[in-house]
Amino acid sequence: MEDVLGRIREKFYEQIIKYEEKSPRRVYIEFAPQNIPEAVKFLFRDLNLRFATATAIDTPLGIEILYHFSYDPKGQMVSLRTFITDKKHPQIESIAPIIKGAEWIEREMWEMLGINLIGHPNLKHLLLIDDWPEGKFPLRKEK
Amino acid sequence: MSHKVVIPIGPYHPLQEEPEFFRLYVDGEKVTDIDIVIGYMHRGIEELSEHKHFDQSAFLVERICGICSSSHPYAYVLAVEDILGGEKNIVPERALYIRTIVEELQRIHSHLLWLGLAGHFIGYNTVWMWAWKYREPVLDCFEMFSGNRQHYGMSKIGGVRRDIKDEDVPVLKKTLDELVRAVDMFKGAVMDDPVIQARLKGVGILNKNQAIEWCAVGPTARAAGVNIDVRRDDPYGVFDRLSWNVIVETDGDVFAKTKVRILEMYESINIIRQCLEKMPKGEIDANIKDIPPGEGIGRVEAPRGECYHYVRSDGTNRPVRHKIRAPSFMNVASNKVAAVGQTISDATLTLAAVDPCYCCTERVIVLDKNTDKKLMNGWDLIKLSQKKTEDLKKAMGDNG
Repeated sequence: MEDVLGRIREKFYEQIIKYEEKSPRRVYIEFAPQNIPEAVKFLFRDLNLRFATATAIDTPLGIEILYHFSYDPKGQMVSLRTFITDKKHPQIESIAPIIKGAEWIEREMWEMLGINLIGHPNLKHLLLIDDWPEGKFPLRKEK
Repeated sequence: MSHKVVIPIGPYHPLQEEPEFFRLYVDGEKVTDIDIVIGYMHRGIEELSEHKHFDQSAFLVERICGICSSSHPYAYVLAVEDILGGEKNIVPERALYIRTIVEELQRIHSHLLWLGLAGHFIGYNTVWMWAWKYREPVLDCFEMFSGNRQHYGMSKIGGVRRDIKDEDVPVLKKTLDELVRAVDMFKGAVMDDPVIQARLKGVGILNKNQAIEWCAVGPTARAAGVNIDVRRDDPYGVFDRLSWNVIVETDGDVFAKTKVRILEMYESINIIRQCLEKMPKGEIDANIKDIPPGEGIGRVEAPRGECYHYVRSDGTNRPVRHKIRAPSFMNVASNKVAAVGQTISDATLTLAAVDPCYCCTERVIVLDKNTDKKLMNGWDLIKLSQKKTEDLKKAMGDNG
């Protein structure tokens, strides 16, 4: 079993903004939005972590995204956290070109919170109907 | 047929547990591409949960699925208990055992349901009838200790809502003994049958690399050789104190998925038996009142794979964010690779191999792309699948 947490800290010691080990199996690592694709690539391709899902949250500080990865041999959940401060036009690079299994959840984030995912191969509605009114995002706090 | 044909499957379709819409592009008999459209069952439960208090959300998420109805509330309470310091530190011993028993009984009834449907689609209606017949006593057990056949309402933050009474234990044990004989029979009837082997082997293959790329979970991933199981990897309940095996196959076809599910039923029976032996007496609820601010992750190995909940609390009595990811969200997407390259009669089976349910009406039609003329309805497609089995039987000289 690999010490994946050690390898992540070693590789990104300059980019990590905050490292929280809430319990041995629940780790949250904060990155700036521009460093997310590189970190995701390292976790998925080099460390072979399984992508579980992503959570986007509308917070007073901005749009927060958590990318949840699972290191199954140790039962660890490694969640990459990032904040997008521009709430008017939130955008971040898509991770779907790296992980096929992330395509759907990114479409969901796009339609539910209005996050523009740059470079997504197939950005269209997943759960909402195709003629859903533009600019209405069900999971935004201000309605 | 020389022109291009599109086969719409769904949104209301007998092979799917929920309404989903598959658009199969076919060239002659071969499926060349597939579009998956979901959203018909979107009820905004994540948003709804932000308006319920922590205790109510457990009931809400139980309504996400009518088959793995204990996995969602369990994953949710695990996420909240993660905020509180972890399931093992707050939940009473007896409640941990009860939670484990409910989870595994649910797995048995869910796998039997799937097995019956798979049997029906390939024309083995006896398997269908038998599987569902043996599923009934499992549901009766649920009714006995929870009051309901499907939505058990057992999960509660800090424990379980109802106890398993002493007089229920012999009934459970007897049901399990009978189930072992039934699973033995299915193992023989399905896994050793040369026609079923010929019909299911090599069909709908999702190989190991594809399963990893598409982040598949549960039996879909384990049939492809991906050795993951939340029960072992990130144990909850009492799974880490019992002896049982994770079933992993390597072929990734429908036969491997069937085999994984049948063999898993033995493990589930084994797990429940050990729980009934070891279950201590005592409290079943820790009476949690307040949820402190924080964030937590809960995950449970549902019959279809990892069920994932993320909950954030700001110290009020409602979650500020509740993210839910059901296993099918990952597995259904993987049909994109598993169904392409198959024939139409296999594609229906492949789509069903991920996760089927008979609660929706038959609405499959084959349309001619140029004229929109109806060529085949749902029943025709099932017949097509069953006919292939019949042809195989004849070819193999088996008329029984």
